[in-house]
Amino acid sequence: MSEIIEVIFSINTFTAAIRMATPIAMAAIGGVFSERSGIINIGLEGMILTGAFAAVVGSFFTGSPWLGLLAAILAGSLLGLLFAFFTIKFKADHVVAGVGLNILALGITTWLMQVVWGQKGASPEVNGLPEITLPILNKIPILGDLLAFHSPIVYIMFVTVFLSWLLLFKTSLGLRIRMTGEHPEAADTLGINVYFMQYFSVTLSGALAGMGGAYLSLGQLSWFSSNMSAGRGYMALAANIFGQWNPIGAFAASFLFSFSDAVQMRLQGINLNLASELIQMIPYLLTVIVLAGAVVKSKPPAALGEHYEVGK
Amino acid sequence: MSKYKNILNSILAIIFALFVGAVLIKISGHSVKEAYYYLFYGAFGTSYNFAQTLLMTTPLIFTGLAVAIGFQSGLFNIGGEGQLYWGAFVTAIIAIKFTLLPGYLLIFIALLGGALAGGLWAAFPGYLKAKTGAHEVITTIMFNYIGILATTFLLKRYFKADGPVDQTVMLTKKARLPELITNTRLTWAIIIGIIVVFLVDQLLKRTAIGFDLKVVGENIFAAEYAGIKTGKYTILAMIISGAVAGLAGGTIVLGVLHRFITNFSPGYGFTGIAVAVLGRNKPWGVLLAAFLFGALEAGGMAMQLFADIPSDLMEIVQGLVILFVAAPAIFEIIFPVIKKNRGVESNV
Repeated sequence: MSEIIEVIFSINTFTAAIRMATPIAMAAIGGVFSERSGIINIGLEGMILTGAFAAVVGSFFTGSPWLGLLAAILAGSLLGLLFAFFTIKFKADHVVAGVGLNILALGITTWLMQVVWGQKGASPEVNGLPEITLPILNKIPILGDLLAFHSPIVYIMFVTVFLSWLLLFKTSLGLRIRMTGEHPEAADTLGINVYFMQYFSVTLSGALAGMGGAYLSLGQLSWFSSNMSAGRGYMALAANIFGQWNPIGAFAASFLFSFSDAVQMRLQGINLNLASELIQMIPYLLTVIVLAGAVVKSKPPAALGEHYEVGK
Repeated sequence: MSKYKNILNSILAIIFALFVGAVLIKISGHSVKEAYYYLFYGAFGTSYNFAQTLLMTTPLIFTGLAVAIGFQSGLFNIGGEGQLYWGAFVTAIIAIKFTLLPGYLLIFIALLGGALAGGLWAAFPGYLKAKTGAHEVITTIMFNYIGILATTFLLKRYFKADGPVDQTVMLTKKARLPELITNTRLTWAIIIGIIVVFLVDQLLKRTAIGFDLKVVGENIFAAEYAGIKTGKYTILAMIISGAVAGLAGGTIVLGVLHRFITNFSPGYGFTGIAVAVLGRNKPWGVLLAAFLFGALEAGGMAMQLFADIPSDLMEIVQGLVILFVAAPAIFEIIFPVIKKNRGVESNV
C-alpha cells in the first residue's frame, strides 16, 4: 500500500503527468475556441494525428524539428479550415462530419506513411525537438524538477493556456467569439462577422491540436506511428467540457486525466498482483466519472452545434 | 422527391470519394485503371470473391444498424466496437459452456446472450446520458476502451486456451453457424442480418415504441412537452442499439472465428458509423450501404494484393463518404441544378 502511495505522490509521476497532459491540453484549448464559437469539434482527434504526421514529415525532409513543428501547425490549421468549410459553409452535422474527418485523417496518415516510407506501422526515426532547461527555475527544488526540464512544446502549452484565457475573456475578439457561440443572431445584429469568428476559431483549434500532435511525434518520441493519437482528441473534448469551456479549466482537466494515466503506467511497473488491463482502465473510467457530472454540472455555449445563416 | 435526392446525394458522395481516391492513387504513382480493376474484381470478379464481399458485409449490417438506431433516436452511439466485443465474448462463452443443448437452440441462446451483453454494455452510457447529461459520444468511446480491456481481462483470467495466443478453445461443430454456400466462409449470419434489418424497420415504422423513439430523436423538447419520458427512451434506444452491435460480434464468433480472440475486430464498430450515415439511418438503406462497404473491403484487399496499393485507401474513401453525405449542401454548391430543384420543391 505504501508503495502505491509512493508511486502516486512522487515528483516523477507529476512530471510525467505534465508531459502527457501537453498534447491533450493543446487540443482541449483548441476545443474551447471551436465550441465557444458554436462548432462542436469531434475532429480534434484527426487534427492531432495529422499534426503528429506532418511534424515527422517536416522534420524528415528538412532535418529541422522546428520546421516539423511549423508543418504540424500548418497541417492542423488546414484540417481545421476544411472542417470549418464543411460545418459552416456546407452545413454538415458537426458530430458526423467530425467523425468523418477522424476516419479520413487516420486513413490518409496511415496510407501516406506507406507511400512516403514504404513501411506500415511506424516511420523511420527523425530529429526530435530537444529538451530545453529553463534557467533560474531549474535551481529551485521540486518546482524546478517539475517545470524546468521539458520539451519546448510543454512551455508553449503553458503560455497557450494563459494567452488563450486572456484572449477569450479579456479582449473584444474573445467576447465576439463567445457571443457567436451563445447567440449568433444577437452577434449578427451587432455587426459581428459570425462566419469570420467561426472560421477563425475552428482554424485556430486545428493549429493548436496540430501542435499537440507534434508533441507526440517530435517531443515524446521522434517518429510517427499509425493511429498514435490513440483517443487523445476525444479525451481533449471531454477535458474541454469538464473544464467548462475555459482554457484554464481545460488544462486542469487534461492534467487530471494525464495524472491518472501516469499513475496507471507507473503502477504497472510495480508488482501489484492486479491485471494490467484493470489498471489500464483507470483513465477511461475517470473520464466517464468526471463527465457524468459527479463533480460539476456543465453549461455549454447556448448555440453549440447549430447552423446559423447570417442575415436570416 | 427528397428520397430520390438523398439517393442521388449518396451516389454522388461515393463517386466523389472514389474520384479523390483515384487522384491519390495517381499521386502515389500507381495506375488508377489497374487499382480500380482489382477493386472491382476483388469484390465481384468471381463467385468466391462475391461471397467474400457478402462475408465482409455481414458485420457491417449489424454495426451500421446499431448506429442508425441510435441516430434515429437522437443518439450518436460510437460505442459499437465495445458492444461488439461484449457480444462476441458472451456468445463464445455460452457456446463453449452449454454444449449439452441441441445445436439450433445453442446457437440461438448464444446469440441472444451476446445481444443482451451488448445491450447491457450500451445501457450504461444511455443511463449516464439520461441522468446526468454526460455526452454519449465521449462516454461510448471510453466504454469501447473499457469493454475491450474488460473482455481481454476476463478471457486471460478465466477462459484462455493453452498456447501463446489470447483466445478461447474452438467451438464444437454444432455451435457453429452453418455455411450458406459451400467452400466459402459465408454463413447464415448474413440471413440473420437481413432478418434483423426487417425487424428493426418494422419496429421503427409500425410500433408505438419506434414512433416514440423517433419523436425523441426528432425533437427532444417537443417529446418532453408531449409527455414522453425521454430519459427512458434514451436508455431503451441504447439497449436496442447495443444489442444489435452485440450480434455483430456474436455472428463473427459463431460464423467466422469459431472462438473468441482478443483484438479480433478491425474496427467494424467504427465502419458502422460510415454505413449508417451513407444509409441515411434507414434499415434497408443500411443494408445497401453495408453491401457497398463490404465490396470496398473485399475489393480493397485484392487491390493491396495484386496492385500493391495499401488498403488503407479504403479508409480514406470511407471518411470522405461520411463527410460528403453529412454535407449535402456541397453538391448544391457544385451542381446548382440540385438547388434549383429544391427551390421548386419548396414552392409546391
